[in-house]
Amino acid sequence: MSDRIFGVFGFLLAAFYMWQATQIELSFISDPFGPKAFPFMIGTVLAISSVIIVLKPDTEPEWPTFSRLFEIGMATAVMVAYALFLKEYGFVACTAVAASYLSWRLGSHPVAAFTAGVMIAVGIYVIFHLVLGLSLARGPWGF
Amino acid sequence: MDTLASLADGFAVALTWQNLFLALIGCFLGTIIGALPGLGPSNGVAILIPLAFTLGLPATPALILLTSVYYGAMYGGRISSILLNIPGDEPALMTTLDGHPMAKAGKAGEALAISGLASFVGAFFATWGLVFLAPQLVKVALLFGPAEYFALFVLAFATLGGIASRNQAKAALAAVLGLGIATIGVDGQTGVPRFSFGEVHLYDGIDFLVAIVGLFALSEVFIFLEHRAGSGAGDKAVKVGRIVPPWKMVRETIPAMGRSTIFGFIAGVLPGAGASLGSFISYTFEKRISDRNGTFGKGDPRGVAAPEAGNNSAAGGALVPMLALGVPGSGTTAVLLAMLLALNITPGPLLFQQNPDVVWGLIAALFIGNIMLLAMNLPLVSLFVRVLLIPTRYLMPAVAMISFVGIYGISGSTFDLVVMVIFGVMGWVLRKLDVPLVPIILGVLLGDQMEKNLRRAMTIHDGDWTMLFNSWLAIGLWTFAIVGFVLPLIVGRYFRPKIADEPIAEGADPD
Repeated sequence: MSDRIFGVFGFLLAAFYMWQATQIELSFISDPFGPKAFPFMIGTVLAISSVIIVLKPDTEPEWPTFSRLFEIGMATAVMVAYALFLKEYGFVACTAVAASYLSWRLGSHPVAAFTAGVMIAVGIYVIFHLVLGLSLARGPWGF
Repeated sequence: MDTLASLADGFAVALTWQNLFLALIGCFLGTIIGALPGLGPSNGVAILIPLAFTLGLPATPALILLTSVYYGAMYGGRISSILLNIPGDEPALMTTLDGHPMAKAGKAGEALAISGLASFVGAFFATWGLVFLAPQLVKVALLFGPAEYFALFVLAFATLGGIASRNQAKAALAAVLGLGIATIGVDGQTGVPRFSFGEVHLYDGIDFLVAIVGLFALSEVFIFLEHRAGSGAGDKAVKVGRIVPPWKMVRETIPAMGRSTIFGFIAGVLPGAGASLGSFISYTFEKRISDRNGTFGKGDPRGVAAPEAGNNSAAGGALVPMLALGVPGSGTTAVLLAMLLALNITPGPLLFQQNPDVVWGLIAALFIGNIMLLAMNLPLVSLFVRVLLIPTRYLMPAVAMISFVGIYGISGSTFDLVVMVIFGVMGWVLRKLDVPLVPIILGVLLGDQMEKNLRRAMTIHDGDWTMLFNSWLAIGLWTFAIVGFVLPLIVGRYFRPKIADEPIAEGADPD
């Protein structure tokens, strides 16, 4: 069933992609092939392979239980939040929080997870910023 | 003897203190990356590319660092295979079959030493193969026009889908998904934006490094979150024992190493096959010819030597098409191609003519790296064993954070970070659905070149499609592509690795 849904999704994606390709505006300079033809070829192959997947699905993968899915969703949210807050609060603070969260969810005791998070953040900061000179996001406290 | 002269020049490039130091660091990191379950050559190299790039290393040192990591990871994969029965990466899967029984019989040290030696033999002779084969391939490649290049790219995708994956439709879908991602952004030839939905960040296209790190490294973190492999490997007692193998054992395994090196190299050179297939073919073949007393699978040293020589030799072989044609033969070489592109170097025949110092410096560094790896892996193996004790609950957050640092370092754009997270989730879903990730990466990397060559061919011939099949070279490549894609569908049942049909941990790191 998963494969069939995936195939249908692929087919819709192909349709959307081809429709978007027709929307590409042409400029006055052009080659005989133009910027649209290659996307059309891609879209066609995408559609064909999606149909084959719908018709000949593999065995069902083992989907995790809802709680595990929620776990992955939460981790994604934390990572996106990390990206969005990075410039505001700086590298070390954000990284410490995100790494602690991940470590906690991977099964560490909260205290150990927090220690690990801080150590990862400081460790990366020292190695990559202080030693190797990589520029990292600067927060209100200068790190 | 041109080749040897070039190689000598290469050694002159590689033998600086900085390069030697980078090779040492690379080998060391690589062995650790290979040994840690969950981190393999392709995601290890993927994480390090942005870092090498942002540190502003010039092309040759950066390549030396990363290929040392690549070779090192191939060495390292065996450590956890033998000691813990967990393959550190996919090519090391076959090593568990005889390696772990040896360890259980109290011969872990010997198994590690034999496999280290086999790795050295495989990688060393494969590097010689690279030295002599790549320039020959370059001569052929110089005859290629745009039409032939287009056919070559199709060939790469076809064999990758045909040989290396379980479901051809999914491989094809993965490939066009990657190509589709590559079309996002301003069209290079006419200057019109495509698929950018008015979003300024998308005008430049999606950086392939963002896609690679997301798909390979972050998706691994999600896999671990799903299974919550908290306890890690650290709970099991690990005893190594003596690390010097008896001379008799070494002598016994030499023929196995020799044969496997040849098989592995061939598997590596073929586009799409890579190191996993190399180690698989070597092991099966060795079992067929020398398993007279039924000792294979119960701790036969030859069963350890064969797959290790095979996978390390394939790793060297896979560099041949990557350097000479610009078409990678496996997941990790695709990642190395990304490195070259990020440094603004286009591999292929011109690379050998215009930047011989890069190519030969790299090859020389491979020889040096190999010797370092041998030196490191025999006496220091217990040090690497200790690294295995780091639980994944501390390791994986560090991997995720280093991925973020690397990508942020390239562009300083938080938009890219969000895109990377999206790729990470996408990689996790696709792995669950058993869709291979390597064709996606290859698509993202080659899409631009593929389209450019197609359009160039069309411009030359004024839009005449039949001109794509105009030369014997092109027809040969097309035939090869079709055969490579279709034949495995027919004979696949007999030929394809049975074990590879059962994905380990949702198709863990592809070679």
